[in-house]
Amino acid sequence: MVSTLLVTGDGALSYDAGSVTLPRTVAQEGAASKAADLQGSFSLADVSVAYGRDRVIEGVSMYVPPRSVTALIGPSGCGKSTLLRCLNRMNDELGNVHVGGTITLDGADIMGRAMDPVELRMRVGQVFQRPNPFPMTIWDNVAYGPRTQGIRKRSELDELVEESLKGAALWAEVKNNLKKHAFELSGGQQQRLCIARALATKPEVILMDEPASALDPISTQQIEDTIAQLKDSVTIVIVTHNMQQAARISDQTAFMLRESLDEPAHLVEMDETRKMFTNPDDARTESYITGRFG
Amino acid sequence: MSRSSRTKQARTAEATAKVVTGAIALSVVAVAVFVFVYIVYNGIGALDWTFFSEVPRDRGREGGILPIIVGTLYLIGATAGLTLPIGVLAGVYLAEYAPRNFTTRAIRLAITNMAGVPSIVYGLFGLAAFVLLAGFGRSIIAAALTLTCMTLPVVITATEEALRQIPQDLRQASLALGATRLRTIYKVVLPAAAPGIITGAILGLARAAGETAPILFTGAVFQMRRLPDGPSSQFMALPYHIYAQVTSVPDWNRELVWGTALVLVAGVSIVSVMAAWWRSVQRRKVKW
Amino acid sequence: MTTPPTHSGRRLGRTTTRRAAEAVVRAIIYLCGWMAIIILAAIAVFLMWNSFRAVNEAGLFTMLSGTAWYPTSSPGKFGMLPLIVGSLFVTGVALAVCVPVGVAAAVFISEFSGRLVKEVMKSIIEFMAAVPSVVYGLIGVAVLIPFVKDAFSLTSGMTAVTGGIVLGIMSIPTVISISEDALHAVPEELRQGSAALGNTRWQTTFKVTLPAASSGIFAAVMLGLGRAIGETMAVLMLTGNAAVMPASVFESVRTMTGTIAAEMGEVVQGGLHYSVLFAVGLVLFTITFGINLVADLVLERQRKRWRR
Repeated sequence: MVSTLLVTGDGALSYDAGSVTLPRTVAQEGAASKAADLQGSFSLADVSVAYGRDRVIEGVSMYVPPRSVTALIGPSGCGKSTLLRCLNRMNDELGNVHVGGTITLDGADIMGRAMDPVELRMRVGQVFQRPNPFPMTIWDNVAYGPRTQGIRKRSELDELVEESLKGAALWAEVKNNLKKHAFELSGGQQQRLCIARALATKPEVILMDEPASALDPISTQQIEDTIAQLKDSVTIVIVTHNMQQAARISDQTAFMLRESLDEPAHLVEMDETRKMFTNPDDARTESYITGRFG
Repeated sequence: MSRSSRTKQARTAEATAKVVTGAIALSVVAVAVFVFVYIVYNGIGALDWTFFSEVPRDRGREGGILPIIVGTLYLIGATAGLTLPIGVLAGVYLAEYAPRNFTTRAIRLAITNMAGVPSIVYGLFGLAAFVLLAGFGRSIIAAALTLTCMTLPVVITATEEALRQIPQDLRQASLALGATRLRTIYKVVLPAAAPGIITGAILGLARAAGETAPILFTGAVFQMRRLPDGPSSQFMALPYHIYAQVTSVPDWNRELVWGTALVLVAGVSIVSVMAAWWRSVQRRKVKW
Repeated sequence: MTTPPTHSGRRLGRTTTRRAAEAVVRAIIYLCGWMAIIILAAIAVFLMWNSFRAVNEAGLFTMLSGTAWYPTSSPGKFGMLPLIVGSLFVTGVALAVCVPVGVAAAVFISEFSGRLVKEVMKSIIEFMAAVPSVVYGLIGVAVLIPFVKDAFSLTSGMTAVTGGIVLGIMSIPTVISISEDALHAVPEELRQGSAALGNTRWQTTFKVTLPAASSGIFAAVMLGLGRAIGETMAVLMLTGNAAVMPASVFESVRTMTGTIAAEMGEVVQGGLHYSVLFAVGLVLFTITFGINLVADLVLERQRKRWRR
């Protein structure tokens, strides 16, 4: 754990945009504001993923800048979700999955022995495709993460619940009903509850795996508004099928493609969203975005 | 043969088959109803305050069955205390940890086979292992351990099934929040699966309450003047009492024995029905 | 570097004690997971260990083939054949009752009845399965013993038939529920395919569904058989317990289970008779284990067949 801390403190140097050199003491004190020490930038170098012998992703290198929205797009089966799960090591739970290359979070290697996946996931939250609230009250859902971190004080938890629900733009709707069972909420509310639940652990990054694909247009709109609000305080990596959504909400877009079933998927191109959607470098990106396949 | 007569024949066969199988199914129902009515009819007369509050006198031909009910409750309580933790953890292992390999297959095979081992063989095992080797003597604890071995397969299977009903999504959500696997199981998966587990356990324990063979040599006695006073005490039990009365008391009191049978059957079936009903209510309440 | 890593003032890492506690709990879970194998192995070991003296002194083959069971004479005679045959007679009668009735009722429930009838039948079967065997024995004593005595003009109503009928009734729930599962598992398309060829429901059942479910029904019969052979209390109360070779099912018999239950209370612990009773238990365990193994393998094959 100590070594993790060291790297966390001064490791964020080797990457370009937005990295700041920090004195170690800031990280050690820990109480220092998030903006200073923990940023939530990912660097991927030559990342590959294999399910058993089946290589599904190969040679992905990219930089995910902090405090921004990065969209992963591509046809289904191109490994977007698999790549996303590498970032909080949820692939570990599937068994028989091998991840190669290097992934660093603010300079710290997240795949090494020094990184406890449990600890990593407190810093990198995830919102899933289908809303998956726990079968508990709204309050208990949001407080689950903080309690896992060992926070027991009721007042502190209350504060976190309120803060998180506000962050997910759900507070106004549920503030008088925090003891209501989460299953009584609508689909869109449940998904925002899941966002609030992820926010409550105070993560640096939130991964979203097609978070609006199971929702109606109005709920989708609300989720997108929430994302726009959140990106000032957390890094968001979002997998989406919906090109318009990627264009609307993301700052940069990565396009992945698996050209045939015999070869693994790879990263075709990654750039600022505006450029990707108006003037991409790669012809395949252009034809995917204009809807010629996928 | 013309086509129409063939159709006609087929239709007759259809009707006959329906009537015959229906009649047989009805006869099964008739047997069940007979069993139920016969027990109630013969036993209901015995049920009064004396019956529930007094100890048996004159080798069971007079008095009540208080120590017998208490003994059964003690026995099942002890069995529950032993079976639940082991069975639930074993179910957790199978649903959450077990790899897909030969050993896991062997464990499953062992569980289904345990369910088929004759109850008298459990009795022998309990005698050799718990009464004699472990030195518990004939006691509630030895009998409860024996019944635990018998009930485990039921609780394990019920737990595993209940856990498998819980969507993978929920586990993922908890893990993604930085909970360990154990915390995920303890805080999310087990509470969500609790109705199924508890119902399964209650059904298994209700069965155990009616078993005689496993307790024959492990602690049940024919007559006790006082209530059991601890886990190493011997005990009287409802099913053993019925057996002992019928086989070793000349001129056994029909009314009292049938009353005992009614208490046993009513207890077992009311608890089972309530458990099943509660589970279905819970299932309707939570839709994944 | 002594402060633990913190994040907004809270602890992220897990302490060493916490990890150790988790490892202990995990070890307990693994141990419990293995409990079924442990117990089953322990049962086998204890039975073998305790029947060692019997095998040594009375001889396994002599016991299995001997026709004289006089355990208390001196020297005791421990021929198990009357007990084995007694068990087979009772079980045979039980199967003759529960297989046709159980399978026919399962066909009716699965193929010819609506939802409501199905639900009602299921509850009734559950009730039948929940009634303890000693209560079935009691009903047999009160109703069936006099009936068998009168109906077949016998001197005693305590016969293999009496025990077998009650045992058959007790096994009906097992046979019905497993057969019904097997019929239910047959894909609906198969039935529709047959119906589309102009077959009636019964023709479909007879020609398509029953053959398709045959392995599951076979397993149901095997499990019913296992339950009948292993049942103790009802036979003990109903068959009269004469340990002689029966000539017909209308004579009194003593089963393996009944022998253990009746005699274990009166033997010297560790003595030869005691050990012989464990040997009887071992025979019983081996038989039921084999039956259950076959049923399990058949069910497993059936499950694989319909899984898509």
